[in-house]
This record gives sequence, structure tokens and C-alpha cells, in this order.
Amino acid sequence: MKQLMLGNAAVARGLYEAGCCVISSYPGTPSTEITEEAVKYPEIYCEWAPNEKVAMETAFGACLAGKRAFCAMKHVGLNVAADPLFTMSYTGVNAGLVIGVADDPGMHSSQNEQDSRHYARAAKVPMLEPSDSAEALEFAKLAYELSEQFDTPVLLKMCTRVAHSQSIVETAPRVEPAVKPYEKNIGKYVMMPGNAIRRHPFVEERTRKLQAWAETASIDRVEPGRDHKIGIVTSSTSYQYVKEVCGDTYPILKLGMIWPLPDQKLIDFARSVEELVVVEELDPIVSNYCSALGLAPSGEYDLPRLGELSQNIVADRLTHTFPMGRTIDDPIPPRPPVMCAGCPHRGLFYTLSKNKCTVLGDIGCYTLGAVAPLSAMDMTLCMGASISAVHGFNKARGAEAESRTVAVIGDSTFMHSGLTGLANIAYNQSNSTVIILDNSITGMTGHQQNPTTGRNIKGDPAGKIDLEALCRAMGFERVRVVDPYDLKATDAAIKEELAAAAPSVIISRRPCALLKYVEHSAPLAVDPVKCVGCRSCMKIGCPAISIKGGKAQVDATLCVGCGVCEQLCGVKAFRSTKKEG
Amino acid sequence: METKNIMIVGVGGQGSLLASKLLGHLLMEQGFDVKVSEVHGMSQRGGSVVTYVRYGSKVSSPVIDRGEADYIVSFELLEAARWLSYLKPDGQIVTSTQQIDPMPVITGAASYPEDLVEKMRAAGAKVDALDCLALAEEAGSAKAVNIVLMGRLSHYFDLPDEAWQKSLEAIVPPKFLELNKRAFELGKKA
Repeated sequence: MKQLMLGNAAVARGLYEAGCCVISSYPGTPSTEITEEAVKYPEIYCEWAPNEKVAMETAFGACLAGKRAFCAMKHVGLNVAADPLFTMSYTGVNAGLVIGVADDPGMHSSQNEQDSRHYARAAKVPMLEPSDSAEALEFAKLAYELSEQFDTPVLLKMCTRVAHSQSIVETAPRVEPAVKPYEKNIGKYVMMPGNAIRRHPFVEERTRKLQAWAETASIDRVEPGRDHKIGIVTSSTSYQYVKEVCGDTYPILKLGMIWPLPDQKLIDFARSVEELVVVEELDPIVSNYCSALGLAPSGEYDLPRLGELSQNIVADRLTHTFPMGRTIDDPIPPRPPVMCAGCPHRGLFYTLSKNKCTVLGDIGCYTLGAVAPLSAMDMTLCMGASISAVHGFNKARGAEAESRTVAVIGDSTFMHSGLTGLANIAYNQSNSTVIILDNSITGMTGHQQNPTTGRNIKGDPAGKIDLEALCRAMGFERVRVVDPYDLKATDAAIKEELAAAAPSVIISRRPCALLKYVEHSAPLAVDPVKCVGCRSCMKIGCPAISIKGGKAQVDATLCVGCGVCEQLCGVKAFRSTKKEG
Repeated sequence: METKNIMIVGVGGQGSLLASKLLGHLLMEQGFDVKVSEVHGMSQRGGSVVTYVRYGSKVSSPVIDRGEADYIVSFELLEAARWLSYLKPDGQIVTSTQQIDPMPVITGAASYPEDLVEKMRAAGAKVDALDCLALAEEAGSAKAVNIVLMGRLSHYFDLPDEAWQKSLEAIVPPKFLELNKRAFELGKKA
């Protein structure tokens, strides 16, 4: 059946059709929907793991047990899971194992724009790179065949424009591969030096075999062109931009497998054209590979190494013509993302800002605490870094820093990689203050459950980790919970814990205002007679509050009545719109 | 057929995903190749969001670039102006007149430009502006702005009304179907 399908949903469909049985992932834009779509197929066991390393090792265990398995993550998640990846390359697989990784060129929702293709080369595992939803589905299935044929994990690389674009796919029924027998094989699966030394030659030989396969494989295909002045090597969404601009004017070598690359096919293609052009997003990986083969691509067509490509960028380099649009003279103010009205993080960041704290932050919705007017964040690096870094900051500067420096980390990020940092504080003893922002969900990626929510990926009851008990068990004697809607209590907690001569954890607890089960109070309104236009309520950066005609005004369609603004008003101008009785 | 381009622009959370879903369904039912491109994640939190809908006999790129849009459908005036450079020389803007202050305007760091509809027209754009929020509220919910806009957009398409109705029925949950049909009609007739 033909249907319009999101790239990530098409990967999930491909996994289903290939008979995948176990999926373990950690959410991360733009990879999240693969697992959210896969869970809709009852034949596949799906779960959210605490982090990508755990997810990948879980998938490995499942493939070792004889069933086709999968894990998905964003590009930076693959950094976390790199450890198992590099050695899984040596062990190989039992049943097929596919790893979905989604890059985010242009950083729509990421802290960097690293190019995951480096991992395929570095870990010596094959990587397939679809260019639309139909290929996402097809390549997911092919990945399992390659995995089992060549005894290797296979990387399936998505990017934002393939993951989050819908295009037409044709679906097929699921095949149910027989469960592979599990046989103990110490030489293959126990990677101690003596065994790993014997596995490494297998890895090198496997790459040569995969290269030979690629020489004739149809996923690395030459599309003929009329004009042989240039020939274009490309893949993924870059291929779509090239087709948009050039149609079938120039010959194209369209790569479906980005690692390993078919040397002879590249050489033959380069010889068939006057000049070789490589169109690829981010790093010059294929370009440098061609150079190493002595096929130096023409420098005249060099593409930017920053951000996403587009048809205009490709057209600019290849045909030197592209349309220009009209504009108006007025400057258009930017519209950056903001914390939602009623976001529980707002009261906490306001309090940190008021106390002039140094705030070492982490990855999640609360990173928006860095945005004006709150501007209450000093550092964001990667998942879990807030806790480890506050310890280092305090060790470097001592008591002076300990009295005003905090780490802030969300509940999901804490479970992802905050625990080990906390263990370091407990063990090596800095008087650090760690604030866990427990909004009872993984927020930024669109509400995924995690080990602290008590629900699994299907929303069914699951194990629930008790954060207070966990911190106490690690040796923290000062563990307290505050409601971030209560500014006075939040302020007192922060002041006391910063002053305390012991490490402490503050759990700032209130569910995300967007969760369906959260009941909101009636919106607030401003009494224009009482309001003196002092702008005190503007310090919290709530999108529901603005100043019109010198007076504060509340947008009733956005306000959820959290009451944080009310606590800042010196003249009691805010009132509830709740009807009496 | 040459590829046609529709951009749906607005503020995160305004319902552009449902509008693009409706267009995707409608155009696929007409036998076109279709690509719809969305952005998920951080910008959905009240930021500027854009969805690209492309259709024709064969669509390659999933995105629309500067100077390429046949239609820009906008939930908010400032967003229409922000994406103006993406409009084709003879392209059409269909926009709600709603204004939502972005944070730099709220904090006083920037100001919201005035008379945007006139300025966009002066720049040579065809602009169809209407108060979609009022029409959506008249239909029964402020959230139906997306479907009011789709009703208005249907003016510019040479497609039978039944095709739009069929896609509405396929996309909108039954509970909200009547409301959204009203919203579509109000947008169409406005």
C-alpha cells in the first residue's frame, strides 16, 4: 500500500517488516519518532533505556540471544554509545543488529553538528544513508541482511531532513525470521586481549568484503546524465538537492552505503566525467576519500562545511543561478524558543538569577534558562556534565565558589548520566549543590517516560526510581524537595543549601505544564488600575505577559495560572479570572 | 507538472502540523508526488516554526528555499514577514492578522514592526490577510485557526470541495470534525 510517511516512521516500518523483535533507545531529536512509531507494532518489544549506551548494549544482548534488534539515538547519543560500538565491531552479531543514528546539521535542536559518518569509518562498521522515506524503509531491511551476511552491526544514518520529512512509501508484510540458536563462543564474544587480537583481522577482512559487495550493489548506483562536464558523487538529502537543481543533466553516483566506499566504482565514475564534484553535508568525508584515491574533486565547487545544504546553496555552486526573494526594510525581531507559560523551571531560574548564582547547566528544556531575561545559565555542554563540572568548579575555587555555584539537571538527564557525577561528589567530597529539575517527564523531545516517572514507553505502570532515596543511598544527607511555583520556599532552599557545609541535592519538583494530566488554574488577569507598570513581572520572561500602554497584560489563551508573576507584583495587580462559587 | 511549493509558518504550538497533514493527504489523493518537511524539537517551544509542503509529478528536495514558495500560509503576521523572501515573484501570502510578541519584543529589546500587511504589499507581494483567530472562535475553538487558514487557502486551488472535505474527515479526529468543518467554511467564505 502506498502512503505518505515520516522518514522516522518509515525506519520503524522497515524494522517491523524485517522482523525486528527488540528495540531499546534513548529519545533525542531528530531520532525519537523511530521508536515511538515502532512501539505501535505489537510484534516488537520497545523500551526507553536510561541512556544510549545502555540502549545499545541491550540491543546487543538481544541480537546475541538470536533475535533481530535495534537501537536509535541522535548523533551526540552515539558518543555516549561509542564504547560498545567499537568493540561490537569485533564481536560481530548473532541475529542482525542495526543502530539508527540521526544527525542534526543546522542544529535545529542540538548542541553541536558533528558528522556521524566518522563513526562508521572509525569503528569499521558499514553505514547506510537513506535519502527519503522509501529508502529509509528499504535500507532498514537491507541493513539486517548485511548485518547477518557480514557478521557486523550496521549503522543506519538519518539526518533531520530525512527523519522529519514525509514522502511516499510502499509497505509490505512482516517476515518472521527464525530465532537464531544461541551458542557459547568465547573466542568471538569475550573481548579480552587474546581473543580481540584474533578478531581484528576478521574486522579488516570484513571491510574488504563489504567494499567488494558495494562495487556491484545497486544502492551505490550511477545515474546517467547528458553533460559529462562534471559528475556528482552524493548521498542522503544532498542527493535530493542535486536532483532538484540538476535533474538528469549531469551523471550522478548516488551512494546508499557511505562506508565502506567502492574504490573501483568511484574511479570508473571519475574517469567517465571531466571533473568530479562531491556534494555532501558537513565534513568532507567522501571528498577526502576521493582525494586519497587520486581523484581530487574540483575545488571550484567547494561547499560550506557549516549547517545544512539546500537547493539554492547547491545551485549557487553548480549552476551559479538561484532565485532571490523580496524583503521589507523593517528589521524582523527574532523569535527564539522560550519556556512555556506555566513551565515549572521558570520560578527556579528566576530565583537562581536573583541570587546571582553561577549555574552549570545541562541538556533539556531548562537550557532555555540561559535565554534573556532570565539569563540564568553559565554552561551547557553535554548530558550529565552539570554535576561533574560543578564538582570540578568547586574543587578549583573552594568555599567561595561552593557558596554560589549550582548544577541544574532534569530528571531524565539525571538518570541518563547524572548518577556517576553525583557519585564523584559523594566520594571525593565537594560541598556542591545539585538541583534536579524533576518535571516528571523527558520534556524537550516531546514527553517520553523515564526511570523516574513510573511509566514505560506504552504509558503502562513500570518501575519507579525514588530520587530522594537514591541520593541518600549515595551518601547525601541533605536532600530536600521544593515546589518551584513557590518562590519564597525555593529561595530559602537555595540559600540554605548553598550555605551548608555539606554536599546537597535539591529536587525542584512539579510536572511539566504541558502534561495532559496536569490540572491548570484559571488564567490570571491584571487590574489596570492597580498596575503601576513597574515591569517586575517581566523579569521571569513569561510569554503570556506583555506590557501594553504602560500596563502589564496577560494573554488568557496562554496563561495557566501558575501564579509566579503574582508573587513578584508589589501592588497586588494580578487576580484570578476564576468565577466565584 | 512542475513542483508547487506551500510553506506553513507560525509560532510553535499553533497547529501547523495538522495543516500540513491535511495538505499532504489532499495532494496525495490527487495523485501527486508529495513531500512534507517539519521541524521538531526545541523550536516547537514557542519559537518560529516552518513546514514545507511540495507537490508535483516528481518532488526531489524536501525543503523550500528563497524565492520558491507559491504560497506562504501564515498563522501570525510577523512570521509572514520573516519568511517573505521565500515567496516567488508572483506568489501568494495567506495570513492571519494575529500578532504574537516574540520574547525580544516582550522584554523591550526589539519592537514589533507596524503595518506589516501594507509593507509586504508595497514590496510587491500579494497578501490575503484575515482575522483567523476571530473566525476560529466563531467556529467554536481558538485552536481551529489552522483549519480556517486551510479553508481560505482552498480559494486558490482548483480542487472540488469534496476533496477537501474527504481529507478533513481522514485527518481530523471525529470528536472535532464538525467544529473543524465549520472553521473550514468560515475561512473559505471570509
